[in-house]
Amino acid sequence: MADIVVSEGHEPALEGTHLKHHFATAAQQMDADTLGMWTFLITEVLFFGGMFASYAVYRNLYLDAFASTSLYMNVVLGGTNTAVLICSSLTMALAVRAAQLSNRKHLQLFLILTMIFGAAFLVIKGFEYHDKWVEGLIPGIHWFGYPEFPQYAYHAEILFFLYFCMTGMHALHMVVGLGLLSYLLIQARRNIFGASYYTPVEMIGLYWHFVDIVWIFLFPLLYLIGYHLHLHHK
Amino acid sequence: MLANVPLLADFPLFPVAASEQAPGIDALYWFITIISIVMTIVIFAALAYFAWVYHSKRHPHATQIEGSTKLELTWSILPFLVMLVMFAWGAQIFYRAQNPPKDAMEIFVTGKQWMWKIQYPDGTREIDELHVPVGQPVKLTMASEDVIHSFSIPAFRVRHDVMPGHYNSLWFTATKPGRYHLFCTEYCGNQHAGMIGWVDVLEPREYANWASGGGAQGSLAEQGEKLFQQNGCATCHLLDQQGRCPILRGLYNKPVQLNDGRTVLADDAYLRESILDPNAKIVAGFEPNVMPNFKGQLSEENVIQLIAYIKSLSPGGPASQQGTQQPAVVIAPRSANPPKVANAAQH
Amino acid sequence: MATLVHRSPEVEAQEVNYLNVEHGWKSWLLTTDHKRIAMLYVISITLMFFVGGLMAVLFRINLLEPEGLFSAETYNRLFSMHGIVMVFFFLVPSIPATLANFLIPIMIGAKDLAFPRVNLLSWYIYVLGAILTLYAVVRGGVDTGWTFYAPYSSTYSNSYVLAAAFGVFTAGFSSILTGLNFIVTVHKMRAPGMTWSRLPLFVWSNYATGLIQVLGTPVLAITLLLLAFERIAHVGIFDPNIGGDPILFQHLFWFYSHPAVYIMILPGMGVISEIVSCFSRKRVFGYNFVAFSSMAIAVLSFVVWGHHMFLTGESMYTGLAFSLLSFMVAVPSAIKVFNWTATMYKGSVQFDTPMLYAFGFIGLFTIGGLTGLHLATLGTDVATHGTYFVVAHFHYVMVGGMVMAFMGGLHFWWPKMTGRLYPEAWSKFAALIVFIGFNLTFFPQFILGYLGMPRRYHAYPPEFQALNVLSTAGASILGVGYIIPMVYFIWSLKSGPKAGNNPWGAAGLEWQIPSPPTTFNFDETPIVTEEAYNYGPLEEVVG
Repeated sequence: MADIVVSEGHEPALEGTHLKHHFATAAQQMDADTLGMWTFLITEVLFFGGMFASYAVYRNLYLDAFASTSLYMNVVLGGTNTAVLICSSLTMALAVRAAQLSNRKHLQLFLILTMIFGAAFLVIKGFEYHDKWVEGLIPGIHWFGYPEFPQYAYHAEILFFLYFCMTGMHALHMVVGLGLLSYLLIQARRNIFGASYYTPVEMIGLYWHFVDIVWIFLFPLLYLIGYHLHLHHK
Repeated sequence: MLANVPLLADFPLFPVAASEQAPGIDALYWFITIISIVMTIVIFAALAYFAWVYHSKRHPHATQIEGSTKLELTWSILPFLVMLVMFAWGAQIFYRAQNPPKDAMEIFVTGKQWMWKIQYPDGTREIDELHVPVGQPVKLTMASEDVIHSFSIPAFRVRHDVMPGHYNSLWFTATKPGRYHLFCTEYCGNQHAGMIGWVDVLEPREYANWASGGGAQGSLAEQGEKLFQQNGCATCHLLDQQGRCPILRGLYNKPVQLNDGRTVLADDAYLRESILDPNAKIVAGFEPNVMPNFKGQLSEENVIQLIAYIKSLSPGGPASQQGTQQPAVVIAPRSANPPKVANAAQH
Repeated sequence: MATLVHRSPEVEAQEVNYLNVEHGWKSWLLTTDHKRIAMLYVISITLMFFVGGLMAVLFRINLLEPEGLFSAETYNRLFSMHGIVMVFFFLVPSIPATLANFLIPIMIGAKDLAFPRVNLLSWYIYVLGAILTLYAVVRGGVDTGWTFYAPYSSTYSNSYVLAAAFGVFTAGFSSILTGLNFIVTVHKMRAPGMTWSRLPLFVWSNYATGLIQVLGTPVLAITLLLLAFERIAHVGIFDPNIGGDPILFQHLFWFYSHPAVYIMILPGMGVISEIVSCFSRKRVFGYNFVAFSSMAIAVLSFVVWGHHMFLTGESMYTGLAFSLLSFMVAVPSAIKVFNWTATMYKGSVQFDTPMLYAFGFIGLFTIGGLTGLHLATLGTDVATHGTYFVVAHFHYVMVGGMVMAFMGGLHFWWPKMTGRLYPEAWSKFAALIVFIGFNLTFFPQFILGYLGMPRRYHAYPPEFQALNVLSTAGASILGVGYIIPMVYFIWSLKSGPKAGNNPWGAAGLEWQIPSPPTTFNFDETPIVTEEAYNYGPLEEVVG
């Protein structure tokens, strides 16, 4: 039982320029690319997983301290960012669809919209980080000692470290994503993509959706822990 | 006086067994080793035999065989069953090692780059040397002041990591008078190989002679009492009236209810944490942020002394010279104000 | 004899092959040919092996005297860098990045790996990591041990922790990309008729290794990153003074590093399957069991990490669980040893050099694996943890096992990769020297360990000296055993007799094509109609 797929129905027609020499068919190439991207995303899950595991351990140990940090988490900005990313995933999916339908104009439009959403996310994040700096909540580097709840100072420092680590790593992935989208945009302008060849769009789309999903997990875990205690940002 | 026992022989191949636990561990070690030797010989012999009998010169035609599920299952399940014996035996030994007898004599060990500081209940202190009597269970309660160390006495077959931030313990009963190595066995920096010392096992009479020297500063509990006064603990933790803080008399090893509803045991670890990180647990009815944090001001040894003092305030604990003879009082929260939940800030 | 490919009869070494098709440094440094990339790796890995090996020789010299011959600081940095270089820059990439890189596409009938440019990228990432680590070495090294335990590494050490950590972090990505490439290649690029059950066991082993690389290494990456932040900014995640937990570091570290040791043995097991079958002229006994045992090892490897932490104060239940699981992971390894031995039964055994290394592997891996039982058993781990017993155990499996397999594989496939043969007498002699030197070096360490001599000690009590001297003597012999092949391999490149397509008469697609192969491996895609190791028709199917 060979595992080499000759897919029916949506087999892309052989486009010689895009078929690499070591693949027998375009379908095989697309299959390999897809499995490759999924495998890479699984490594990313494990990568973020280490931070999620650390978060789980310390949250279990120091729940009160972690809940107190909700005072400083801007749920409005965080929630807005969540909506922004979800919209960006929508536009990304629409971009993939446009590529599949050989619609160059829509493809460019949706890529640009996705990039705008992505950039907006980063800008909002920038405002959040700036607020943290002003309030002296950067662990180790610029930490004012957590005056509201001094009894939680040490443990809160650990949570803020995880906050910056996780959202920072996520933001780094977003920046890389924006770079990949720029590359796609350039290629789209050159009319590279169409029904017969849209693999890079789909692959980068997968990556973008993954980065979105990471945020969907980060947001409640970091912003909403003590939210039910009705703490508000000053 | 040390019993006149020579050091290990010049070219030793097997360690001396000088504790009650050692023969049991050695027996399991030999069980595993002999099985290993047998299996090794079986494999080597099979390889040698097949290589000889089926050498291409003697056996030019290879017989193609697919396999044998029966054989596969046999040589998977049988070894696994043997391994289960090793597992169970080892688990039983390990369980015993984690549970010292109640009458074990407690000695405190502080590991610090690159020395072992030993504190005895009577206040004697040593560095890199541990004196114990024959036949008496000894429990070592250990903490590190800096990095992770590991305390090991090969002749007793005991070892445990020594962590910063909390207590670990091991126990043994020495059976042979003599002088035995103790080593640090977790890499801890430059002089890791220098963090070694000696365990002197003495006959009971000799041990009594050695111990009667006593610590010049008094017992551990007495030293702890001095610290208790010097550091202002008495201002709040007044022994005979309720101050702003929980009473310490009778506290040791009793259950304590915390302000978040949990109930914990006031053991050594709890007392240590209460001194070095007081806001980690707040007793029900009391406020956070009242007790100062003594981390950095009190060393692990000081903490051990304070804990010994607090233990002396409980019936059955080590005696302290200045403690009055009051009956144990159970801690009760102040009735004036209802307990507050610490993390609900008012804004 | 299996004829798997339609080809013109007996093609001797082609005029044009992958080695001489293009010349110049650009054709090598910008190549996407998996075979050239494999050779690039051979050179870099060999360099790092000798760097790590030199460190070992030096610190074993130190251990000749109970007071130590060098300073404590020098010794501590030597053993730490030895571990880091050998684990991350030699053993982890070794067989996968060299032999498997070269052979997997050929063994499955493909023209290259799924992602050739990613393959080249993985080499550059490896080189970058090696440069960072060598920078740390040159500046004075790191002294935390390859395990980087906090809080020593995060707060107390004065050495080049960050440089070494970033070097290892970088090398990790090379490993991830190699594993990713292998997984996709084996899934998607097999030639028609090459079903999973017809794959050579070498492919199965490296596929299983790829799974571990892909799932485990990212956790190491984030662990080192967290450690770096702790060291730079003192945020407290591993600092007990402010509520951080150094044991969290150990959990995160060992979650990767235990599976990593299976990265460092599975590919070797794959090599042994190939060698034993060829030099017994027989299919491997129990193919299905051997194939699935690789997968079982890969899966179980992820749930045993706590056996490195039995003495940290873990709860009794945690200890029980990890101990039991550690015994379970021993079973698939035992299955392999039994199957290789049974393969020789009624075979036609030849003693060529690769087979000598295979014998060495089976014997020494058996000893190494069995001594793992002492460590998996809770009661005896108390007596052996942190001592030379552990050092002896892991060197038996990693050096007596994996390095022997690597040498065996190099000797087996050298004619294919270079088109040349090496002198048989010298190669057998070197194999013997390695075997003798290895045992003399590491067997005394079992005894030292149970006596109580701790590891990572630059000085020791005088009664341990005799055994240490024996061990150092063995190390110098072992070193000679590794240098001899370097000499004759290099010699063979110019002056060795030309190898034909199949000097060993082995089964396998790689032996059907010229030595050295052409750039695209096959003139036409092979059609596979037979199982692996088809040395003859099945005569006995023992039920």
